[in-house]
Amino acid sequence: MEFLNTNLPYILAGISVGGQYALIAIGYTMVYGILRLINFAHGDIFMVAGFAMVYLSATLPLYISIPLTIIITVLLGFAVERMAYKPLRTAPRMSIMISAIGVSYLLQNCAWYITSGLAKQYPTIPWISESISIGTATTKIVTVITPILTIVLVIALVILIKYTKIGMAMRAMAKDFETSQLMGVKINSVISFTFIIGSFLAAIGSLLYFTNYATVTPIAGAMPGLKAFVAAVFGGIGSIPGAVIGAFIIGICENIIRMFGWTTFSDAFTFALLIIILVAKPTGLFGEKSTDKV
Amino acid sequence: MNEKNRNINGVITPTEKANIFSNSLGFIKKNWIGFTLLASLYAIILVLEQVLPVSSMLFVVLKKGAIYALVAVSMNLCNGFTGLFSLGQAGFMLIGAYIYGIFTIPLEARAAVYQYFDGGIINFTVPVPVALIMAGLAAALFAYLIGLPVLRLKSDYLAIATLGFAEIIRAFFQWDKLGPVTNGSNLLRRFPVFSSTLYPFVVSSICITIIVLLINSSYGRAFKAIRDDEVAAEAMGINLAKHKQLSFTISSFFAGVGGALLAMYQTTVQAAPFKAAMTYEILLIVVIGGIGSVTGSVLSSFLFIACSEWWLRFLDSETYIGSFRIPLLASGFRKVVFSIIIMIIVLFYSQGIMGTNEISIDALLRFFKKLFRKGSKEEAT
Repeated sequence: MEFLNTNLPYILAGISVGGQYALIAIGYTMVYGILRLINFAHGDIFMVAGFAMVYLSATLPLYISIPLTIIITVLLGFAVERMAYKPLRTAPRMSIMISAIGVSYLLQNCAWYITSGLAKQYPTIPWISESISIGTATTKIVTVITPILTIVLVIALVILIKYTKIGMAMRAMAKDFETSQLMGVKINSVISFTFIIGSFLAAIGSLLYFTNYATVTPIAGAMPGLKAFVAAVFGGIGSIPGAVIGAFIIGICENIIRMFGWTTFSDAFTFALLIIILVAKPTGLFGEKSTDKV
Repeated sequence: MNEKNRNINGVITPTEKANIFSNSLGFIKKNWIGFTLLASLYAIILVLEQVLPVSSMLFVVLKKGAIYALVAVSMNLCNGFTGLFSLGQAGFMLIGAYIYGIFTIPLEARAAVYQYFDGGIINFTVPVPVALIMAGLAAALFAYLIGLPVLRLKSDYLAIATLGFAEIIRAFFQWDKLGPVTNGSNLLRRFPVFSSTLYPFVVSSICITIIVLLINSSYGRAFKAIRDDEVAAEAMGINLAKHKQLSFTISSFFAGVGGALLAMYQTTVQAAPFKAAMTYEILLIVVIGGIGSVTGSVLSSFLFIACSEWWLRFLDSETYIGSFRIPLLASGFRKVVFSIIIMIIVLFYSQGIMGTNEISIDALLRFFKKLFRKGSKEEAT
């Protein structure tokens, strides 16, 4: 109990950051499930959502700027898919991945150009930025909101995938791309829809994440993006509950490592975990059995 | 033509062993034009250094371009010729840069450089060429160890795992406890650097020549076979694990040497800039040059560096014509234009400049002969 009391802030921070990673990780895992593509640009879409919020809230009230941010992010995700991935649908997988890296480079450089490379202060969103005390720890309300919101959104998403027509199409495409195309699934619209959902969740994730961290920089998306991808692999890529659980585990572990004063290694730990899971159990915790990874 | 008859499984038969010696003599005989060209290139650089002011941008481009050419070719060996999509290049360059720095800082400068760590614990220095080779060997050793578990993975999983390892290496080198060796997250500086542009040129041309020789050897053919079809290659008797490991380790060796050269160019070393972004930049150079083309990589490194350091610089400064301010030109615009060009190449010219072709001297000669013949024919008519 003593241990828990002194370390509660770290664990709370871990759960909160885990929830934010989870929201990004879903974008990775869904895109990978369908296109077999690591969308390297996903972390940067998350970063752009942060900047969109910074610029919009400077002139517009919050109740307009938040929905507008989400819409811009979704449009960006859609546009990236249409412009950078769709032309390469029949190309080898390596080319699509290089294209994803190119998009990531482009988005980062655009953000750098627009902001002149300066870190921007993230607007405070009332209520969720207020302080709250849980037991012995004092944190922002956002820390408590994040896991709840994440779980609600994930349940909604799982229901969407299980019980709607488009969800069925997604599952079919994840199973077999060509056959579902033959069965009359409109693959382009389903893929676009996947990117839209992924970007939507990334936008929500960025609202929560940057409220916690207060500044946005052009490279702010790279690290959370990679970590969320690791979370997706850890949970078993293609599986949404897996990605969420993986993200929470990574978020909590990372903060426990910080707690022991090994801050330098908190990023390295995530990648070490990735390599261990890839070597020991490449399908991840909940991944479907397949042999094309190793 | 006789390449087809050679065995590609990497086993050196006794006859082949005997051939290697005569081949290497033959190599020099056959490529005398290449060597002459290289020597004249060195001579041109020497002359340029006498003629142009030292501060000329040309030298920046030539130095950095030569270093990036080496790194890009080494990445191409792994990604383009063996089909291993590795994104660990920055990590191996970091190892090379640090090993070079650590072992060459003069003893009298150590107290100042390692001011927070009581002068460090390494109390000897090695000569520069030895340090360069050590830098490569250290990177190769790490690559070997990393390769043991990681090379079992395929395409994008290999990419993300090597990227992860590069990040781990970076964190490790910044670790406080290793401070007496690596100086923690502080700069390493005051190690010997090169002053002449010729130095990086000579080192990277030697390294690139070795890589080209490797690619043209039976090992290189085995690498290409693995790239084209792993199953078929295995069926032909190529030991996949061994050859992948070999390609990965050798590629990292040269990345380490490239990292050491980069350290010399920058005159200081810090772990922070060796991020994934650096690997992406090198990957994009390789893609622009053509995945699987050595000359393409070399060409595109010089182009890339020239554009980003020199030719497109004007995009970064606000320019006025009279009192009219040209719109969009501001700090950072260069990189935006640059990344758009890269996206266009990736999307529409996925072959890059060279595809998998090479600029060979024979081909150039043939081209000029043809041109000459055409010219004389036209004159005749």
